Amino acid sequence: MMAKQYDVVIIGAGSVGTPTAYFLAKEGKKVLCIDQYSSSGQGQNKAAIGGVRATHSDPAKITICKKSLEIFSAWKETAGTDIGWKPGGYCFPIYTEKDEKTMRDMLPIQKKFGLNIDWIDANGIAKAVPGINMKGLRGGTLSPDDGQVSPLMASESFTREARKLGAEFRYREPVKKLGMKDGSVASVETDRGTYTAETFVNAAGANATAICEMAGFSMPVIPDSHEAGITSPVKPFLPPLVVDIRPGSDVMTKNFYFGQVESGQIIFCYTPLQPILGTDRRETSEFMPILARRLVSLIPRLKNLTIRRLWRGLYPMTPDGVPIIGKAPGVDNMFLGIGMCGQGFMMGPGVGYNLASHIAKGKPAMDQEIYELLSPKRDMGRGKAERLA
Amino acid sequence: MAADRRIDSHPILAPGPKASVSFRFNGKLYKAKPGEPISSAMMANGISVFNAHHRDGAPQGIFCANGQCAQCLVLVNGHPRKACITPVGEGIDVRYLEGLPELPADDSQPMPGETETVETDVLIVGAGPAGLSAAAELAVAGLKIIIADDKQEVGGKLGLQTHNFFGSVRDCNAGMRGMDIGTLMAEEIDELENVKVWLGSPAVAVFCDGLVGILRGNRYCLVKPKHLLITAGAREKSLAFPGCDLPGVYGGGAFQTLVNRDMVRASKKLFIVGGGNVGLIAAYHALQAGIEVLGLVEALPKCGGYKVHLDKILRLGIPVWTSHTVLKAEGSGKLEKVTIAKIDSDFKPLPGTEMTFDVDTLLVAVGLAPVNELLLKAREFDMSVYAAGDADVIAEASAAIFSGHITGRKMLRDMGHEVEIPAEWYEILDMLRAKPGPTHDLEILNPAKSRVYPVIRCTQEIPCNPCTAVCPKDSIRTDNGKMTGTPQLLGGCVGCTRCVAICPGLAITLVDTGYDPAGKSALVTLPWEMPAGTVRPGQTVNTMGFEGGKVGTGKVLAIKSSGWQNRRELLLLEVPAKDAEKVAGIRLYDTRPPPAGTPATAEEDDNTIVCRCERITKGEIASYIKETGCTDFNALKAALRVGMGPCGGKTCTELVMRIFKQVLGRDAVIEQHSERPFTQEVPLSAFIEGGEE
Repeated sequence: MMAKQYDVVIIGAGSVGTPTAYFLAKEGKKVLCIDQYSSSGQGQNKAAIGGVRATHSDPAKITICKKSLEIFSAWKETAGTDIGWKPGGYCFPIYTEKDEKTMRDMLPIQKKFGLNIDWIDANGIAKAVPGINMKGLRGGTLSPDDGQVSPLMASESFTREARKLGAEFRYREPVKKLGMKDGSVASVETDRGTYTAETFVNAAGANATAICEMAGFSMPVIPDSHEAGITSPVKPFLPPLVVDIRPGSDVMTKNFYFGQVESGQIIFCYTPLQPILGTDRRETSEFMPILARRLVSLIPRLKNLTIRRLWRGLYPMTPDGVPIIGKAPGVDNMFLGIGMCGQGFMMGPGVGYNLASHIAKGKPAMDQEIYELLSPKRDMGRGKAERLA
Repeated sequence: MAADRRIDSHPILAPGPKASVSFRFNGKLYKAKPGEPISSAMMANGISVFNAHHRDGAPQGIFCANGQCAQCLVLVNGHPRKACITPVGEGIDVRYLEGLPELPADDSQPMPGETETVETDVLIVGAGPAGLSAAAELAVAGLKIIIADDKQEVGGKLGLQTHNFFGSVRDCNAGMRGMDIGTLMAEEIDELENVKVWLGSPAVAVFCDGLVGILRGNRYCLVKPKHLLITAGAREKSLAFPGCDLPGVYGGGAFQTLVNRDMVRASKKLFIVGGGNVGLIAAYHALQAGIEVLGLVEALPKCGGYKVHLDKILRLGIPVWTSHTVLKAEGSGKLEKVTIAKIDSDFKPLPGTEMTFDVDTLLVAVGLAPVNELLLKAREFDMSVYAAGDADVIAEASAAIFSGHITGRKMLRDMGHEVEIPAEWYEILDMLRAKPGPTHDLEILNPAKSRVYPVIRCTQEIPCNPCTAVCPKDSIRTDNGKMTGTPQLLGGCVGCTRCVAICPGLAITLVDTGYDPAGKSALVTLPWEMPAGTVRPGQTVNTMGFEGGKVGTGKVLAIKSSGWQNRRELLLLEVPAKDAEKVAGIRLYDTRPPPAGTPATAEEDDNTIVCRCERITKGEIASYIKETGCTDFNALKAALRVGMGPCGGKTCTELVMRIFKQVLGRDAVIEQHSERPFTQEVPLSAFIEGGEE
């Protein structure tokens, strides 16, 4: 039998694929990462706004993101590269009694998992978010250990560091076919080559379902489309990333969120009330007028910002709002890091770290039981859907 | 100090209003002309540095003068604003911006108004020559038309074109000055009730739902056109060399805006890189504005612009070096000197050929690129979209006028209207768009042996024939009967001087051999468009030949109005009879041998700024490509922030693509960077507040 060319082939060089390549290479694996685009991070990664928080309500997401935060915040020391890490936390300003209850109810679980998060009164929130509309502000949560990172710089840096450790990256190679043998994946075929490996990782983001189907199984990952934008830079004034969880009076939007990135721009996004299913990434005329009103009604002084760029990205959604991570059902040598539900960037390093461990050592680095909550084999009934951004 | 930076006397342009508005810069009081851009008000007061770049503190001077980049960012009443598109107002407080601007802590809640959506049959983006002529055609069918333009006046760049237009009199008003053609077209549009012109209204985005975002004054609105026509013109290409980012280095078009629109004498000593029409004309316009031009370099062995433009400036004494390039620009805080050198056939500088000039301004005029971002997006989104003028194909403004007419009619036809587009129109358009044809030997004909006769120094095939239309004897014809043929005198001459007065290339002189009964001297009539007082009657001047060589001397007898040709004068010169046919112009400058310079070091070359917005150097880009083998512009954006600044890669994209090819070879396939809205930054408040239109 011919020797395999690689230990692991990763499909997708994005938010999940690049850190996975890095951690596998670190484990001494011979890695190939292939992507349909011309460089890393050109799918949904570059559309991410770069918020990274561990303050979820789902134990698995909390655990994964704590790892991500650990990796991101130390990256400058690890790799010597600035990836735009900005501590400052996440702030959820709260204006309704119902939302206050929801947030307060989550605190015990979050604290149980060791998260640094607390309820802060209105004055405290106003201190963290200068200029915030005080009318009806009840207070909110602040989690100072969360932060922001540049997705562009991060995927670039993971790629670079993975390469230093021997990982190979091939671009402009959309996967045409998976060569299957005895219920396992034997090879990945593209227009330019066929690559064999012991193990395969599906980190194909919005295209993950298609890859699963090539391997003969299906996974319920359906992308929907979110629009985002960025302003010109101003002097740093806003430490936390802010999430306003109220639905918009525009009757078009659920929550919206924004933050000032390390280089001074304000980056922003909203969740449409009706999910826009599909893979359309073309800019709409609707987004900016709605978003502008939301920004300014929350923080009037933001009216003095200048809008620079808009774009759209895809949220590969799962029915229960929780990612699908682990061994593929029925295909023993394929691992999944998919269905990130728009949180692929913040979860990427944590996912990559655990997948690498799973592949190299047979078990994830995190608690096995919590890891299993992400299993492709779980019941993905809609009941558990997490309601926060 | 301010006085000498305002152009108060100009051979073509009338002086504008007096500087009657007061504003402060860094606390000090200055005067400005009402409504002029802050940048011009500042430059007229000798302030040419607007801010210190937030990345590295580098001083920033004017660059595009067109609202496209953000190099002229200043604080206006506490808000960061582009000085070149912000009109000065009485009492405004302007400040030098250091580092990132602070977000003003103004917590008043704006009154949100609806974002208006306007429906129209046709939206035309750009009220320049192409847009206006298309609108005139479209208006005939009674369509509802909106023309949106980012400037405060219609006419686009026609307003900057103080020179006579090429082309033919019949088809595009050749022989008239561009600025006057612009006025005519504006009047014509003004009379059309179904055409609305939105000024100060840049179109900033095309969306997938078929709507176009327009920043109408300080309010953003959406237009839903059935048909879209992009006539947004062109932008200037750039060049990367050490020091290219210094204040004082900018585009030839930006220069024309400062000098011809705002009448600011932006420079005292000027150098130009690029021998195309823009560079050659900029040199001429500089002289008209009383600016000394120390020289012009062109990398190719021959200047690409019209030969008549080149000859014109050579005769005035401006040195032109072909097969030369600019090596570096230097100065502390702003441009002080440029170094040029000869280059070999591979465009490599030849050591030992360096020359250095003390100048305050270097114009980069190395070609134009279509402003077509919105066009490409509209095509991607399957809208009914058309383009005309430079946004479609870069050519002379006369071609833009013509392509506007054709495109307007084409659109009507596509809408089902019965309109004719004469086949001949396409031929004319092709001629107007064509690059200059071959050059023939100069041949001076006087077949009727007239005592007075024109010497026509128009030897290159270009689309221009006004001289043939104005000759009362119908004696001047082009050799092939077409607009592009070279004109010759084929009959008698009555000495009316009309050909001298109208020739856009200033290539015709009139020789009067009977002026001196003794036959010792002759009278030569030259076209003249220099500032009053440049030469005076009675003065002895150096006479120059066809392509600029010195002929001898002559005596200025008189400078008089040409009578019927708008603002061109005729200079009557007495010269020795033997020189009569040779004398084509008079020299304004004595050329001085420039001092030798030193080549750019490898380090200087590496430190060349390529992405001006984010201050990314050639060395950083090249070494990233080399190290990673990267073939994706978007990866450079991610890693280095190239092209991520306010201009969105408008200036650096082509320069970066060149570096890709230098490092990876000519055949490397490079992924282009993805274009996203907005094409120009939009104040957030514009999306909410209903402000003044």
